[in-house]
Amino acid sequence: MAKAELMDFDKALELFEPVLGFEVHIELNTKTKMFSDAPNFFGGEPNTNITPVDLGLPGSLPVVNEQAIKYSISLGLALGCSIRPSSRFARKNYFYPDLAKNYQISQFDEPIAFDGNVEVELANGRVFQVSIERAHMEEDAGKLTHVGGSTGRIQGAEYSLVDYNRAGVPLVEIVTNIIYGAEKDAPELAKAYVSTIRDIVRSLGISDAKMERGNLRCDANISLTPRGSGLLGTRTETKNVNSLRSVERAIRYEIQRQAAILAKGGTITQETRHWHEDTGVTSAGRPKSDADDYRYFPEPDLLPVEPSLALIEELRAALPEAPTIRRRRLKADWGFTDLEFQDVVNSGLLVEIEETCAAGASPAQARKWWTGEIARLANAAEVDATSLVSASQVAELIALIESGALTDRLARQVLEGVISGEGSPAEVVALRGLAVVSDDGALIAAIDEALASQPDVLEKIRDGRVQAAGAVIGAVMKAMKGTADAARVRELVLERATAE
Amino acid sequence: MSEITTDQVAHLANLARIALTGAEIEKLTGELGAIVDAIAKVSEVAGVDVPATSHPIPLVNVFRPDVVGPTLTAAQALAGAPEHDGSRFKVSAILGEEQ
Repeated sequence: MAKAELMDFDKALELFEPVLGFEVHIELNTKTKMFSDAPNFFGGEPNTNITPVDLGLPGSLPVVNEQAIKYSISLGLALGCSIRPSSRFARKNYFYPDLAKNYQISQFDEPIAFDGNVEVELANGRVFQVSIERAHMEEDAGKLTHVGGSTGRIQGAEYSLVDYNRAGVPLVEIVTNIIYGAEKDAPELAKAYVSTIRDIVRSLGISDAKMERGNLRCDANISLTPRGSGLLGTRTETKNVNSLRSVERAIRYEIQRQAAILAKGGTITQETRHWHEDTGVTSAGRPKSDADDYRYFPEPDLLPVEPSLALIEELRAALPEAPTIRRRRLKADWGFTDLEFQDVVNSGLLVEIEETCAAGASPAQARKWWTGEIARLANAAEVDATSLVSASQVAELIALIESGALTDRLARQVLEGVISGEGSPAEVVALRGLAVVSDDGALIAAIDEALASQPDVLEKIRDGRVQAAGAVIGAVMKAMKGTADAARVRELVLERATAE
Repeated sequence: MSEITTDQVAHLANLARIALTGAEIEKLTGELGAIVDAIAKVSEVAGVDVPATSHPIPLVNVFRPDVVGPTLTAAQALAGAPEHDGSRFKVSAILGEEQ
Protein backbone atom coordinates (compact mmCIF):
# COMPACT_ATOMS: atom_id res chain seq x y z
CA MET A 1 0.00 0.00 0.00
CA ALA A 2 1.36 3.40 -0.99
CA LYS A 3 2.23 5.73 1.89
CA ALA A 4 -0.48 8.19 0.82
CA GLU A 5 -3.20 5.53 1.19
CA LEU A 6 -2.28 4.71 4.80
CA MET A 7 -4.51 6.10 7.50
CA ASP A 8 -2.99 8.72 9.77
CA PHE A 9 -1.73 6.91 12.91
CA ASP A 10 -3.68 9.05 15.40
CA LYS A 11 -6.83 8.74 13.33
CA ALA A 12 -6.40 4.93 13.20
CA LEU A 13 -6.14 4.87 17.00
CA GLU A 14 -9.34 6.90 17.30
CA LEU A 15 -11.26 4.29 15.31
CA PHE A 16 -9.55 1.04 16.31
CA GLU A 17 -7.82 -0.67 19.20
CA PRO A 18 -4.62 -2.48 18.18
CA VAL A 19 -4.31 -6.03 19.52
CA LEU A 20 -0.82 -7.56 19.53
CA GLY A 21 0.93 -10.88 19.89
CA PHE A 22 4.56 -11.88 19.39
CA GLU A 23 6.49 -15.00 18.51
CA VAL A 24 10.18 -14.53 19.18
CA HIS A 25 12.68 -17.18 18.09
CA ILE A 26 15.98 -17.35 19.95
CA GLU A 27 18.92 -19.30 18.53
CA LEU A 28 20.80 -20.84 21.46
CA ASN A 29 24.59 -20.55 21.42
CA THR A 30 25.33 -24.12 22.44
CA LYS A 31 28.46 -25.67 20.94
CA THR A 32 26.48 -28.27 19.01
CA LYS A 33 23.07 -28.53 17.41
CA MET A 34 19.79 -29.48 19.08
CA PHE A 35 19.75 -33.13 18.01
CA SER A 36 23.19 -33.78 16.50
CA ASP A 37 26.80 -33.19 17.48
CA ALA A 38 27.50 -30.99 14.45
CA PRO A 39 28.95 -27.58 15.35
CA ASN A 40 26.30 -24.93 16.00
CA PHE A 41 27.94 -22.55 13.58
CA PHE A 42 26.05 -20.94 10.76
CA GLY A 43 28.32 -19.57 8.10
CA GLY A 44 31.47 -20.88 6.54
CA GLU A 45 31.40 -23.31 3.64
CA PRO A 46 27.86 -24.51 2.85
CA ASN A 47 26.90 -28.02 3.99
CA THR A 48 29.99 -28.63 6.09
CA ASN A 49 28.57 -28.23 9.63
CA ILE A 50 26.21 -31.13 9.22
CA THR A 51 25.85 -34.79 10.13
CA PRO A 52 23.52 -37.47 8.74
CA VAL A 53 20.99 -36.44 11.44
CA ASP A 54 20.81 -32.86 10.10
CA LEU A 55 20.13 -34.25 6.62
CA GLY A 56 17.56 -36.69 7.92
CA LEU A 57 19.40 -39.56 6.24
CA PRO A 58 17.89 -43.04 6.67
CA GLY A 59 19.15 -44.80 9.80
CA SER A 60 20.22 -41.62 11.57
CA LEU A 61 18.67 -40.85 14.95
CA PRO A 62 18.43 -37.55 16.82
CA VAL A 63 19.70 -37.27 20.41
CA VAL A 64 18.84 -34.29 22.60
CA ASN A 65 21.59 -31.82 23.55
CA GLU A 66 21.59 -31.62 27.36
CA GLN A 67 22.95 -28.05 27.37
CA ALA A 68 20.11 -26.88 25.13
CA ILE A 69 17.63 -28.32 27.65
CA LYS A 70 19.32 -26.43 30.49
CA TYR A 71 19.37 -23.19 28.51
CA SER A 72 15.70 -23.60 27.62
CA ILE A 73 14.76 -24.19 31.26
CA SER A 74 16.81 -21.15 32.34
CA LEU A 75 15.07 -19.02 29.74
CA GLY A 76 11.66 -20.34 30.79
CA LEU A 77 12.41 -19.48 34.42
CA ALA A 78 13.69 -16.00 33.47
CA LEU A 79 10.38 -15.45 31.65
CA GLY A 80 8.55 -16.32 34.85
CA CYS A 81 7.24 -19.56 33.38
CA SER A 82 6.43 -22.85 35.04
CA ILE A 83 8.56 -25.74 33.84
CA ARG A 84 6.62 -28.79 32.71
CA PRO A 85 7.57 -31.89 34.73
CA SER A 86 7.38 -33.96 31.55
CA SER A 87 7.59 -32.52 28.07
CA ARG A 88 7.77 -34.14 24.66
CA PHE A 89 8.99 -33.33 21.21
CA ALA A 90 6.63 -33.49 18.25
CA ARG A 91 6.92 -33.63 14.50
CA LYS A 92 5.57 -30.67 12.61
CA ASN A 93 5.03 -31.98 9.09
CA TYR A 94 5.42 -29.70 6.12
CA PHE A 95 6.95 -29.84 2.68
CA TYR A 96 9.60 -27.25 2.15
CA PRO A 97 13.24 -28.03 1.42
CA ASP A 98 14.63 -25.85 4.27
CA LEU A 99 14.51 -29.10 6.23
CA ALA A 100 15.44 -32.32 4.50
CA LYS A 101 13.22 -34.55 6.66
CA ASN A 102 9.88 -33.04 5.54
CA TYR A 103 9.23 -32.24 9.19
CA GLN A 104 10.61 -30.03 11.90
CA ILE A 105 11.15 -31.41 15.37
CA SER A 106 9.33 -29.01 17.66
CA GLN A 107 7.09 -29.16 20.70
CA PHE A 108 3.34 -29.04 20.42
CA ASP A 109 1.05 -29.84 23.32
CA GLU A 110 3.79 -30.23 25.93
CA PRO A 111 6.15 -27.22 25.69
CA ILE A 112 8.95 -27.18 28.24
CA ALA A 113 7.87 -23.82 29.72
CA PHE A 114 4.45 -22.15 30.00
CA ASP A 115 2.48 -19.39 31.75
CA GLY A 116 5.04 -16.65 32.25
CA ASN A 117 5.18 -12.91 32.50
CA VAL A 118 7.63 -10.28 31.30
CA GLU A 119 7.72 -6.74 32.64
CA VAL A 120 8.36 -4.22 29.87
CA GLU A 121 9.05 -0.55 30.56
CA LEU A 122 8.30 2.16 28.02
CA ALA A 123 9.97 5.53 27.54
CA ASN A 124 7.07 7.36 29.18
CA GLY A 125 7.54 5.26 32.30
CA ARG A 126 4.52 3.05 31.59
CA VAL A 127 5.20 -0.51 32.74
CA PHE A 128 3.55 -3.29 30.78
CA GLN A 129 3.01 -6.86 31.94
CA VAL A 130 3.33 -9.06 28.86
CA SER A 131 1.85 -12.46 29.53
CA ILE A 132 3.77 -15.40 28.07
CA GLU A 133 1.77 -18.38 26.83
CA ARG A 134 4.69 -20.75 26.30
CA ALA A 135 8.33 -21.19 25.40
CA HIS A 136 9.09 -24.33 23.44
CA MET A 137 12.16 -25.98 21.95
CA GLU A 138 12.64 -26.71 18.29
CA GLU A 139 15.25 -26.85 15.55
CA ASP A 140 16.15 -24.14 13.05
CA ALA A 141 15.89 -24.78 9.30
CA GLY A 142 18.44 -24.54 6.49
CA LYS A 143 18.98 -21.52 4.30
CA LEU A 144 17.55 -21.30 0.78
CA THR A 145 18.92 -19.06 -1.94
CA HIS A 146 16.50 -18.50 -4.80
CA VAL A 147 18.22 -18.27 -8.16
CA GLY A 148 16.78 -16.79 -11.32
CA GLY A 149 13.91 -14.37 -11.70
CA SER A 150 14.47 -10.68 -11.26
CA THR A 151 13.88 -10.21 -7.56
CA GLY A 152 15.90 -12.95 -5.89
CA ARG A 153 12.73 -13.91 -4.09
CA ILE A 154 10.63 -17.00 -4.50
CA GLN A 155 8.35 -15.62 -7.19
CA GLY A 156 9.97 -16.11 -10.57
CA ALA A 157 12.89 -18.18 -9.23
CA GLU A 158 14.11 -20.94 -11.54
CA TYR A 159 15.60 -23.06 -8.80
CA SER A 160 16.77 -22.84 -5.20
CA LEU A 161 20.06 -23.77 -3.54
CA VAL A 162 20.02 -25.21 -0.03
CA ASP A 163 22.66 -24.93 2.69
CA TYR A 164 21.82 -27.07 5.74
CA ASN A 165 24.47 -25.61 8.06
CA ARG A 166 21.73 -23.88 10.07
CA ALA A 167 19.42 -26.90 10.03
CA GLY A 168 19.16 -28.29 13.55
CA VAL A 169 20.47 -25.20 15.37
CA PRO A 170 18.63 -25.12 18.74
CA LEU A 171 15.79 -22.63 18.91
CA VAL A 172 13.45 -21.55 21.67
CA GLU A 173 10.23 -19.97 20.48
CA ILE A 174 8.58 -17.61 22.96
CA VAL A 175 4.88 -17.05 22.35
CA THR A 176 2.92 -14.30 24.12
CA ASN A 177 -0.73 -14.35 24.98
CA ILE A 178 -2.87 -11.73 23.24
CA ILE A 179 -1.85 -8.23 24.33
CA TYR A 180 -4.66 -5.70 24.77
CA GLY A 181 -4.49 -2.11 25.88
CA ALA A 182 -1.23 -1.03 24.32
CA GLU A 183 -3.14 1.66 22.37
CA LYS A 184 -0.88 4.34 20.90
CA ASP A 185 2.12 2.75 22.60
CA ALA A 186 1.69 -0.42 20.49
CA PRO A 187 4.65 0.20 18.15
CA GLU A 188 6.90 1.17 21.05
CA LEU A 189 5.71 -1.73 23.17
CA ALA A 190 6.66 -4.09 20.34
CA LYS A 191 10.16 -2.69 20.25
CA ALA A 192 10.48 -2.60 24.05
CA TYR A 193 9.24 -6.20 24.37
CA VAL A 194 11.77 -7.55 21.88
CA SER A 195 14.48 -5.42 23.48
CA THR A 196 13.59 -6.85 26.91
CA ILE A 197 13.71 -10.42 25.59
CA ARG A 198 17.09 -9.64 24.03
CA ASP A 199 18.37 -8.28 27.37
CA ILE A 200 17.12 -11.39 29.16
CA VAL A 201 18.78 -13.90 26.81
CA ARG A 202 21.99 -11.90 26.73
CA SER A 203 22.18 -11.65 30.49
CA LEU A 204 21.62 -15.41 30.61
CA GLY A 205 24.44 -15.81 28.07
CA ILE A 206 22.42 -18.36 26.11
CA SER A 207 22.31 -16.59 22.73
CA ASP A 208 24.29 -14.04 20.77
CA ALA A 209 20.86 -12.43 20.22
CA LYS A 210 21.87 -10.37 17.21
CA MET A 211 18.77 -9.56 15.20
CA GLU A 212 20.71 -8.61 12.09
CA ARG A 213 22.23 -12.11 12.09
CA GLY A 214 18.94 -13.84 12.75
CA ASN A 215 19.92 -15.09 16.23
CA LEU A 216 16.77 -13.38 17.46
CA ARG A 217 13.76 -13.17 15.16
CA CYS A 218 10.38 -11.63 15.81
CA ASP A 219 7.08 -12.46 14.14
CA ALA A 220 4.65 -9.70 15.05
CA ASN A 221 0.94 -10.45 15.05
CA ILE A 222 -1.46 -7.57 14.93
CA SER A 223 -5.16 -7.01 14.43
CA LEU A 224 -7.48 -4.05 14.87
CA THR A 225 -10.70 -4.04 16.86
CA PRO A 226 -13.25 -1.39 15.86
CA ARG A 227 -13.92 0.76 18.97
CA GLY A 228 -16.96 -0.40 20.84
CA SER A 229 -17.44 -3.58 18.82
CA GLY A 230 -15.73 -5.94 21.24
CA LEU A 231 -14.83 -8.13 18.27
CA LEU A 232 -11.35 -9.39 17.53
CA GLY A 233 -10.20 -8.36 14.07
CA THR A 234 -8.43 -10.58 11.55
CA ARG A 235 -4.71 -10.66 12.26
CA THR A 236 -1.63 -10.54 10.11
CA GLU A 237 1.77 -11.96 11.05
CA THR A 238 4.69 -9.79 9.97
CA LYS A 239 8.00 -11.55 9.41
CA ASN A 240 11.46 -10.48 8.32
CA VAL A 241 11.82 -7.75 10.95
CA ASN A 242 15.56 -7.72 11.49
CA SER A 243 16.12 -4.85 13.87
CA LEU A 244 14.46 -3.28 16.90
CA ARG A 245 13.55 -0.18 14.93
CA SER A 246 11.96 -2.34 12.22
CA VAL A 247 9.73 -3.99 14.84
CA GLU A 248 8.42 -0.58 15.84
CA ARG A 249 8.05 0.65 12.25
CA ALA A 250 6.39 -2.55 11.04
CA ILE A 251 3.71 -2.43 13.76
CA ARG A 252 3.02 1.23 13.06
CA TYR A 253 2.76 0.49 9.34
CA GLU A 254 0.39 -2.45 9.82
CA ILE A 255 -1.89 -0.37 12.08
CA GLN A 256 -2.09 2.33 9.44
CA ARG A 257 -2.54 -0.15 6.58
CA GLN A 258 -5.22 -2.26 8.25
CA ALA A 259 -7.09 0.84 9.46
CA ALA A 260 -7.17 2.25 5.92
CA ILE A 261 -8.62 -1.01 4.55
CA LEU A 262 -11.20 -1.43 7.34
CA ALA A 263 -12.33 2.21 7.16
CA LYS A 264 -13.18 1.71 3.50
CA GLY A 265 -15.29 -1.31 4.36
CA GLY A 266 -12.63 -3.79 3.24
CA THR A 267 -11.53 -6.94 5.02
CA ILE A 268 -8.09 -7.97 6.28
CA THR A 269 -6.70 -11.18 4.83
CA GLN A 270 -5.24 -13.55 7.41
CA GLU A 271 -1.71 -13.98 6.07
CA THR A 272 1.98 -13.59 6.73
CA ARG A 273 3.38 -10.22 5.65
CA HIS A 274 7.00 -9.53 4.76
CA TRP A 275 8.58 -6.37 6.13
CA HIS A 276 10.78 -4.50 3.67
CA GLU A 277 13.41 -2.55 5.55
CA ASP A 278 14.37 -0.40 2.56
CA THR A 279 10.90 0.82 1.59
CA GLY A 280 9.32 0.62 5.04
CA VAL A 281 6.28 -1.36 3.92
CA THR A 282 4.93 -4.90 4.31
CA SER A 283 3.86 -7.10 1.41
CA ALA A 284 1.54 -10.09 1.31
CA GLY A 285 3.05 -13.52 1.87
CA ARG A 286 1.48 -16.88 2.45
CA PRO A 287 -2.22 -17.06 3.37
CA LYS A 288 -2.36 -18.38 6.90
CA SER A 289 -5.25 -20.02 8.63
CA ASP A 290 -5.73 -21.21 12.17
CA ALA A 291 -6.41 -24.56 10.62
CA ASP A 292 -2.90 -24.92 9.15
CA ASP A 293 -2.62 -28.66 9.15
CA TYR A 294 0.86 -29.69 10.25
CA ARG A 295 -0.32 -33.11 11.45
CA TYR A 296 1.70 -32.83 14.67
CA PHE A 297 2.40 -36.12 16.37
CA PRO A 298 4.79 -37.20 19.14
CA GLU A 299 8.36 -37.62 17.81
CA PRO A 300 8.90 -41.39 18.05
CA ASP A 301 12.71 -41.06 17.86
CA LEU A 302 12.95 -39.04 21.07
CA LEU A 303 12.07 -39.71 24.69
CA PRO A 304 10.28 -37.39 27.09
CA VAL A 305 12.27 -34.73 28.93
CA GLU A 306 11.65 -34.81 32.68
CA PRO A 307 13.88 -32.31 34.46
CA SER A 308 14.31 -33.00 38.17
CA LEU A 309 13.18 -30.40 40.68
CA ALA A 310 16.78 -30.24 41.87
CA LEU A 311 17.97 -29.24 38.39
CA ILE A 312 15.22 -26.64 38.01
CA GLU A 313 16.04 -25.11 41.39
CA GLU A 314 19.76 -25.14 40.61
CA LEU A 315 19.10 -23.24 37.37
CA ARG A 316 16.69 -20.87 39.13
CA ALA A 317 19.31 -20.03 41.74
CA ALA A 318 21.79 -19.19 38.97
CA LEU A 319 19.46 -16.76 37.17
CA PRO A 320 20.73 -13.23 36.69
CA GLU A 321 18.66 -10.45 38.23
CA ALA A 322 15.43 -9.50 36.48
CA PRO A 323 15.70 -6.65 33.93
CA THR A 324 13.71 -4.15 36.02
CA ILE A 325 15.77 -4.83 39.15
CA ARG A 326 18.96 -4.70 37.13
CA ARG A 327 17.98 -1.33 35.68
CA ARG A 328 17.42 0.12 39.14
CA ARG A 329 20.83 -1.12 40.27
CA LEU A 330 22.66 0.18 37.19
CA LYS A 331 21.01 3.59 37.48
CA ALA A 332 22.28 3.89 41.04
CA ASP A 333 25.75 2.52 40.19
CA TRP A 334 26.20 4.86 37.27
CA GLY A 335 24.83 7.92 39.05
CA PHE A 336 22.66 8.93 36.10
CA THR A 337 19.72 11.28 36.43
CA ASP A 338 16.22 9.96 35.63
CA LEU A 339 16.39 11.67 32.26
CA GLU A 340 19.85 10.34 31.41
CA PHE A 341 18.92 6.82 32.39
CA GLN A 342 15.62 6.91 30.49
CA ASP A 343 17.64 8.03 27.48
CA VAL A 344 19.75 4.87 27.83
CA VAL A 345 16.73 2.58 28.25
CA ASN A 346 14.98 4.14 25.25
CA SER A 347 18.04 3.66 23.11
CA GLY A 348 17.93 -0.08 23.83
CA LEU A 349 21.68 0.07 24.51
CA LEU A 350 21.73 -0.78 28.21
CA VAL A 351 23.71 -3.98 27.70
CA GLU A 352 26.20 -2.30 25.38
CA ILE A 353 26.81 0.51 27.86
CA GLU A 354 27.15 -1.98 30.70
CA GLU A 355 29.68 -4.00 28.69
CA THR A 356 31.56 -0.85 27.71
CA CYS A 357 31.84 0.10 31.39
CA ALA A 358 32.95 -3.42 32.25
CA ALA A 359 35.73 -2.98 29.68
CA GLY A 360 37.01 0.03 31.61
CA ALA A 361 35.11 3.06 30.29
CA SER A 362 33.40 5.57 32.57
CA PRO A 363 29.57 5.32 32.54
CA ALA A 364 29.22 8.97 31.47
CA GLN A 365 31.49 8.52 28.45
CA ALA A 366 29.91 5.17 27.54
CA ARG A 367 26.45 6.75 27.62
CA LYS A 368 27.62 9.81 25.68
CA TRP A 369 29.11 7.80 22.83
CA TRP A 370 26.48 5.06 22.53
CA THR A 371 23.40 7.29 22.76
CA GLY A 372 25.12 10.14 20.90
CA GLU A 373 27.39 9.66 17.93
CA ILE A 374 26.93 5.89 17.53
CA ALA A 375 23.12 6.09 17.72
CA ARG A 376 23.21 9.00 15.25
CA LEU A 377 25.29 6.99 12.76
CA ALA A 378 23.03 3.96 13.24
CA ASN A 379 19.93 6.05 12.57
CA ALA A 380 21.49 7.54 9.47
CA ALA A 381 22.35 4.06 8.19
CA GLU A 382 18.95 2.69 9.35
CA VAL A 383 20.51 -0.16 11.30
CA ASP A 384 20.80 -1.05 14.99
CA ALA A 385 23.75 0.56 16.79
CA THR A 386 24.89 -2.86 17.99
CA SER A 387 25.59 -3.93 14.41
CA LEU A 388 28.10 -1.09 13.94
CA VAL A 389 30.62 -1.47 16.74
CA SER A 390 31.30 -3.70 19.74
CA ALA A 391 31.43 -2.63 23.37
CA SER A 392 35.16 -3.39 23.52
CA GLN A 393 35.84 -1.15 20.53
CA VAL A 394 33.93 1.70 22.13
CA ALA A 395 35.76 1.17 25.42
CA GLU A 396 39.08 1.34 23.54
CA LEU A 397 38.00 4.55 21.83
CA ILE A 398 37.03 6.10 25.16
CA ALA A 399 40.36 5.06 26.69
CA LEU A 400 42.14 6.92 23.88
CA ILE A 401 40.05 10.04 24.57
CA GLU A 402 40.64 9.86 28.31
CA SER A 403 44.40 9.46 27.84
CA GLY A 404 44.42 12.63 25.75
CA ALA A 405 45.43 10.84 22.57
CA LEU A 406 42.14 11.77 20.88
CA THR A 407 39.85 14.77 21.02
CA ASP A 408 36.11 14.14 20.65
CA ARG A 409 36.32 15.44 17.13
CA LEU A 410 39.14 13.04 16.21
CA ALA A 411 37.35 10.23 18.03
CA ARG A 412 34.35 10.69 15.75
CA GLN A 413 36.61 10.18 12.75
CA VAL A 414 38.17 7.12 14.36
CA LEU A 415 34.68 5.76 15.01
CA GLU A 416 33.82 6.12 11.34
CA GLY A 417 36.99 4.21 10.49
CA VAL A 418 36.14 1.41 12.92
CA ILE A 419 32.60 1.15 11.52
CA SER A 420 33.87 1.00 7.95
CA GLY A 421 36.04 -1.95 8.93
CA GLU A 422 39.47 -0.32 9.02
CA GLY A 423 40.35 -2.10 12.26
CA SER A 424 40.45 -1.38 15.99
CA PRO A 425 40.43 2.24 17.20
CA ALA A 426 44.22 2.16 17.71
CA GLU A 427 44.69 0.77 14.19
CA VAL A 428 42.46 3.46 12.68
CA VAL A 429 44.42 6.16 14.58
CA ALA A 430 47.65 4.83 13.10
CA LEU A 431 46.19 4.28 9.63
CA ARG A 432 44.59 7.71 9.31
CA GLY A 433 47.21 9.61 11.35
CA LEU A 434 44.54 10.96 13.68
CA ALA A 435 46.39 11.17 17.00
CA VAL A 436 46.35 14.49 18.82
CA VAL A 437 49.47 16.54 18.13
CA SER A 438 50.91 17.26 21.54
CA ASP A 439 54.26 18.36 20.10
CA ASP A 440 54.48 22.02 21.22
CA GLY A 441 56.81 22.86 18.32
CA ALA A 442 54.17 21.99 15.73
CA LEU A 443 51.49 23.79 17.73
CA ILE A 444 53.61 26.94 18.15
CA ALA A 445 54.33 27.06 14.42
CA ALA A 446 50.61 26.94 13.70
CA ILE A 447 49.89 29.58 16.38
CA ASP A 448 52.53 31.88 14.85
CA GLU A 449 50.84 31.53 11.50
CA ALA A 450 47.40 32.29 12.96
CA LEU A 451 48.71 35.30 14.89
CA ALA A 452 50.31 36.69 11.74
CA SER A 453 46.88 37.19 10.20
CA GLN A 454 45.24 38.32 13.48
CA PRO A 455 47.94 40.48 15.14
CA ASP A 456 45.59 42.24 17.58
CA VAL A 457 44.58 39.08 19.45
CA LEU A 458 47.44 39.19 21.97
CA GLU A 459 46.65 42.85 22.76
CA LYS A 460 42.99 41.96 23.42
CA ILE A 461 44.01 39.15 25.76
CA ARG A 462 46.32 41.47 27.69
CA ASP A 463 43.36 43.84 28.02
CA GLY A 464 41.52 41.04 29.80
CA ARG A 465 39.43 39.83 26.82
CA VAL A 466 40.62 36.23 27.12
CA GLN A 467 37.87 34.96 24.82
CA ALA A 468 39.73 36.56 21.93
CA ALA A 469 42.03 33.50 22.05
CA GLY A 470 39.16 31.54 20.49
CA ALA A 471 39.84 32.96 17.05
CA VAL A 472 43.44 31.72 17.14
CA ILE A 473 42.45 28.33 18.56
CA GLY A 474 39.89 27.96 15.77
CA ALA A 475 42.43 28.86 13.11
CA VAL A 476 45.00 26.41 14.53
CA MET A 477 42.44 23.58 14.74
CA LYS A 478 41.44 24.25 11.15
CA ALA A 479 45.03 24.40 9.91
CA MET A 480 45.87 21.12 11.70
CA LYS A 481 42.65 19.45 10.58
CA GLY A 482 41.46 18.89 14.12
CA THR A 483 44.50 16.99 15.35
CA ALA A 484 45.56 19.80 17.72
CA ASP A 485 44.78 19.56 21.43
CA ALA A 486 42.59 22.67 21.80
CA ALA A 487 43.25 23.01 25.52
CA ARG A 488 47.02 22.98 24.96
CA VAL A 489 46.70 25.55 22.13
CA ARG A 490 44.79 27.82 24.46
CA GLU A 491 47.47 27.48 27.15
CA LEU A 492 50.19 28.32 24.63
CA VAL A 493 48.32 31.38 23.31
CA LEU A 494 47.75 32.72 26.83
CA GLU A 495 51.39 32.09 27.74
CA ARG A 496 52.44 34.04 24.66
CA ALA A 497 50.23 36.99 25.63
CA THR A 498 51.64 37.26 29.13
CA ALA A 499 55.24 36.67 28.00
CA GLU A 500 55.33 39.45 25.42
CA MET B 1 -16.99 -48.73 12.10
CA SER B 2 -14.54 -45.92 11.88
CA GLU B 3 -15.45 -42.42 10.82
CA ILE B 4 -12.79 -42.14 8.13
CA THR B 5 -14.31 -40.46 5.10
CA THR B 6 -13.17 -40.11 1.51
CA ASP B 7 -12.90 -36.35 2.09
CA GLN B 8 -10.42 -36.94 4.91
CA VAL B 9 -8.32 -39.26 2.79
CA ALA B 10 -8.32 -36.78 -0.10
CA HIS B 11 -7.25 -34.04 2.34
CA LEU B 12 -4.44 -36.18 3.77
CA ALA B 13 -3.27 -37.11 0.29
CA ASN B 14 -3.16 -33.44 -0.60
CA LEU B 15 -1.13 -32.61 2.55
CA ALA B 16 1.27 -35.44 1.76
CA ARG B 17 1.54 -34.33 -1.87
CA ILE B 18 0.35 -37.70 -3.15
CA ALA B 19 -1.85 -37.72 -6.24
CA LEU B 20 -4.61 -40.32 -5.79
CA THR B 21 -7.36 -41.41 -8.16
CA GLY B 22 -10.93 -41.64 -6.98
CA ALA B 23 -10.66 -45.44 -6.90
CA GLU B 24 -7.50 -45.28 -4.80
CA ILE B 25 -9.16 -42.89 -2.36
CA GLU B 26 -12.11 -45.29 -1.99
CA LYS B 27 -9.79 -48.23 -1.40
CA LEU B 28 -7.61 -46.37 1.11
CA THR B 29 -10.64 -45.07 2.98
CA GLY B 30 -11.62 -48.64 3.68
CA GLU B 31 -8.09 -49.72 4.63
CA LEU B 32 -7.44 -46.72 6.89
CA GLY B 33 -10.84 -47.29 8.48
CA ALA B 34 -9.84 -50.88 9.31
CA ILE B 35 -6.59 -49.62 10.91
CA VAL B 36 -8.41 -47.02 12.99
CA ASP B 37 -10.89 -49.70 14.15
CA ALA B 38 -8.00 -51.96 15.15
CA ILE B 39 -6.36 -49.15 17.17
CA ALA B 40 -9.71 -48.38 18.79
CA LYS B 41 -9.70 -51.93 20.24
CA VAL B 42 -6.49 -51.06 22.11
CA SER B 43 -8.25 -48.03 23.57
CA GLU B 44 -10.98 -50.34 24.88
CA VAL B 45 -8.40 -52.33 26.84
CA ALA B 46 -6.46 -49.29 28.14
CA GLY B 47 -8.64 -47.74 30.82
CA VAL B 48 -8.36 -44.29 32.32
CA ASP B 49 -5.72 -45.59 34.71
CA VAL B 50 -3.29 -46.21 31.83
CA PRO B 51 -1.44 -43.00 30.96
CA ALA B 52 -0.97 -42.10 27.30
CA THR B 53 2.54 -42.73 26.03
CA SER B 54 4.46 -41.78 22.93
CA HIS B 55 7.11 -44.44 23.36
CA PRO B 56 7.04 -48.17 24.15
CA ILE B 57 10.19 -48.08 26.32
CA PRO B 58 9.88 -46.53 29.80
CA LEU B 59 12.88 -44.24 29.46
CA VAL B 60 13.22 -40.47 29.90
CA ASN B 61 16.01 -37.89 29.73
CA VAL B 62 18.27 -39.54 27.18
CA PHE B 63 20.73 -36.76 26.45
CA ARG B 64 24.14 -36.26 24.92
CA PRO B 65 26.80 -33.84 26.17
CA ASP B 66 27.32 -30.62 24.19
CA VAL B 67 30.52 -31.80 22.51
CA VAL B 68 31.29 -31.41 18.82
CA GLY B 69 31.72 -34.62 16.84
CA PRO B 70 32.73 -35.45 13.28
CA THR B 71 30.82 -33.85 10.41
CA LEU B 72 30.24 -34.72 6.78
CA THR B 73 32.18 -32.97 4.06
CA ALA B 74 30.13 -31.08 1.51
CA ALA B 75 31.04 -33.74 -1.07
CA GLN B 76 29.76 -36.53 1.22
CA ALA B 77 26.62 -34.54 2.00
CA LEU B 78 25.87 -33.98 -1.66
CA ALA B 79 26.78 -37.51 -2.79
CA GLY B 80 23.16 -38.68 -2.86
CA ALA B 81 21.66 -35.46 -4.19
CA PRO B 82 19.97 -35.63 -7.59
CA GLU B 83 21.26 -32.13 -8.31
CA HIS B 84 23.74 -29.76 -6.68
CA ASP B 85 26.03 -26.86 -7.53
CA GLY B 86 29.16 -28.30 -5.91
CA SER B 87 28.41 -27.00 -2.42
CA ARG B 88 24.64 -26.69 -2.13
CA PHE B 89 21.64 -28.88 -2.88
CA LYS B 90 19.74 -27.75 -5.94
CA VAL B 91 15.96 -28.03 -5.78
CA SER B 92 13.25 -26.90 -8.15
CA ALA B 93 11.74 -23.50 -7.52
CA ILE B 94 9.23 -23.85 -4.74
CA LEU B 95 5.88 -22.18 -4.63
CA GLY B 96 5.39 -21.41 -0.99
CA GLU B 97 7.69 -20.24 1.71
CA GLU B 98 9.34 -21.13 4.96
CA GLN B 99 6.89 -21.95 7.73
